[in-house]
Amino acid sequence: MPIKIISDKCSGCTKCVQACPFDVIEMKSREETGQPHPRFKKIAFINEGCNLCGACEPECPFDAIEITKEEKKPRVALDEYKNIWVFAEQKNGEIEEVGLELLGKGRQLADKRGCSLAAVLLGDGVKGKAGELISHGADTVYVMEDGMLKDFLDEPYTAAMQYLIEKYKPETVLMGATTIGRAFASRLAARIVTGLTADCTELDVDSSSGLLHQTRPAFGGNIMATIFTEHHRPQMATVRHKVFKPIPSDGSRKGEIVEEKYPGKFTSLSRVVEFIKDETQQVNLADADIIVSGGRGMGKPENFNLIKDLADALGGAVGSSRAAVDAGWIPYSHQVGQTGRTVAPKIYVAVGISGAIQHQVGMNSSDTIIAINKDENAPIFDIASYGIVGDLFEVVPQLIKQLKD
Amino acid sequence: MNIVVCIKQVPDTTEVKINPETNTLIREGVESIINPFDTYAIEEGIRIKEKLNGEVTALSMGPPQAEESLRQAVALGADKGVLLTDRNFAGSDTWATAYTLARGIKKLKDVDLVICGKQAIDGDTAQVGPGIAEFMGIPCITYVRKIEEIDENKMRVHRMMEGGYHIIDVPLPALITVVKEINEPRMPSLRGKMNARKAEIEKWTAADIACEVNNIGQMGSPTWVDKIFAPPRREKGVIFKGEPAESAGKLIEALKEKKIV
Repeated sequence: MPIKIISDKCSGCTKCVQACPFDVIEMKSREETGQPHPRFKKIAFINEGCNLCGACEPECPFDAIEITKEEKKPRVALDEYKNIWVFAEQKNGEIEEVGLELLGKGRQLADKRGCSLAAVLLGDGVKGKAGELISHGADTVYVMEDGMLKDFLDEPYTAAMQYLIEKYKPETVLMGATTIGRAFASRLAARIVTGLTADCTELDVDSSSGLLHQTRPAFGGNIMATIFTEHHRPQMATVRHKVFKPIPSDGSRKGEIVEEKYPGKFTSLSRVVEFIKDETQQVNLADADIIVSGGRGMGKPENFNLIKDLADALGGAVGSSRAAVDAGWIPYSHQVGQTGRTVAPKIYVAVGISGAIQHQVGMNSSDTIIAINKDENAPIFDIASYGIVGDLFEVVPQLIKQLKD
Repeated sequence: MNIVVCIKQVPDTTEVKINPETNTLIREGVESIINPFDTYAIEEGIRIKEKLNGEVTALSMGPPQAEESLRQAVALGADKGVLLTDRNFAGSDTWATAYTLARGIKKLKDVDLVICGKQAIDGDTAQVGPGIAEFMGIPCITYVRKIEEIDENKMRVHRMMEGGYHIIDVPLPALITVVKEINEPRMPSLRGKMNARKAEIEKWTAADIACEVNNIGQMGSPTWVDKIFAPPRREKGVIFKGEPAESAGKLIEALKEKKIV
């Protein structure tokens, strides 16, 4: 294993056991492991669940943990890979906002690295949208049109992107962490043998080497990790909605539109029959700048009208806690939290939600959190930027009334 | 119908607390559980088996103690459990994990359907399921909220999307990842618990599933964790108490002042 406990140095203090986020370190008796020590009876043992996150290393007071990086040979010629790409996801011919946000970040990275920024647009009859990508920062737009690319299907999309990547060799490929982006990026990275980092909240690039510094939360947001893909190209990362900002559209920006044709015929075993719109959701949770969520405190399904009215007054979407979904007051598609959606709007209003950690991990990266709850000891107030202690049935109508004035 | 359900044993992240002084994780006394999303995968596998007959195999990659989670899967109704365990798997990222699990599934032979949870709650990547499908060369449908129809050769599923869902037809073999909405997992039966106690959990090493050495563990992992740190803590907020109308007014004023609304 590339991680080792140095027997002479380990005192059996258990600091590393506590530090390990993944519970893969335990104490074993030195007798059992055959590593006797004149003073210490126990030694740390790291099991194979270790993912080398390195959290234990600095916690060890005795420098008894050693992580060695195995020398890996790149599988491809790294310096042949240049430029930054953004996958511009489209649904029903409309570019997803997250693609524009990624172009905003991509522009910064490309300028720092001194390379060009390209967008990739796959679809059917989408060429007309290429200009939008240029006005938002792309220097080049690769467009591939085919009936099989109209809706996302993992097989043709992966084949198309693999073809383009092998042809142009980008150094970095960024994608939205949408339902489509996550599935697509994962399959693509597996196929072209490269690293993929999910849900990055910060991206930076080393201007000389092009190494992408990918920072993401893990462990329910309790820790942050910075991840590198050193020996493989392209470096791939997904980013959620609203993490980065698009640059303002500038119609005078110049760029090149390159039409691409897939050399073979696309095949797909799976087939999209149709898309059914969720009528209970006027504003898409992932896209929303403002989300108003109701929880157990709502008491009954009808009371969600109050949440809806507040959301309308603020121009936001309706979310909920797990308790309200489990009670059958609102469909699962509205659930925010560990087993629901993770959101990061500008404003998140939690109404009658106590704020169990399972809920917090789904919304704690929101810019501003507003909590309304009658229990002033509710954990939601610990993370709230603003809070009102009071009866939601009195407070919320007041908010709606005063917002309308 | 041969069904494989991939599960992961994870620390119960909701039990984890942050030490406010050192800003580090306190995970003392935190229990290991089956990744919550995987419990829906197990349940769905059992339901399909009950309808179409066949066998459900729970598969996991992890340290020897992950055997416990496979026993729990048997208690719920899986027919058997297989654990891929080898010191050489350490340091696996999602690429190497997907590769290794796909090798394990290959050894199980003639698998019709692979079911995974949407994502694991410790890493939250949602990358392993589609990765397995790629290594197996089969279609993958993520975020499945309903299996509308299924027979030996094909199925029709609903994939949850932003703002609605897709209805998708897919032939078998295929891989799906499932969301919570798909079912309500059962509790283990008495008989299941007895089966779990008696069950022989097979343990396979890298050699048993003929893994390419350069594709597993750290060697097979394109990504590398450079550093790990505590997230910035949120500042203590402003809390209004008292008359609802007054509190509401103060809140709106504060939001306007900060140009939030």
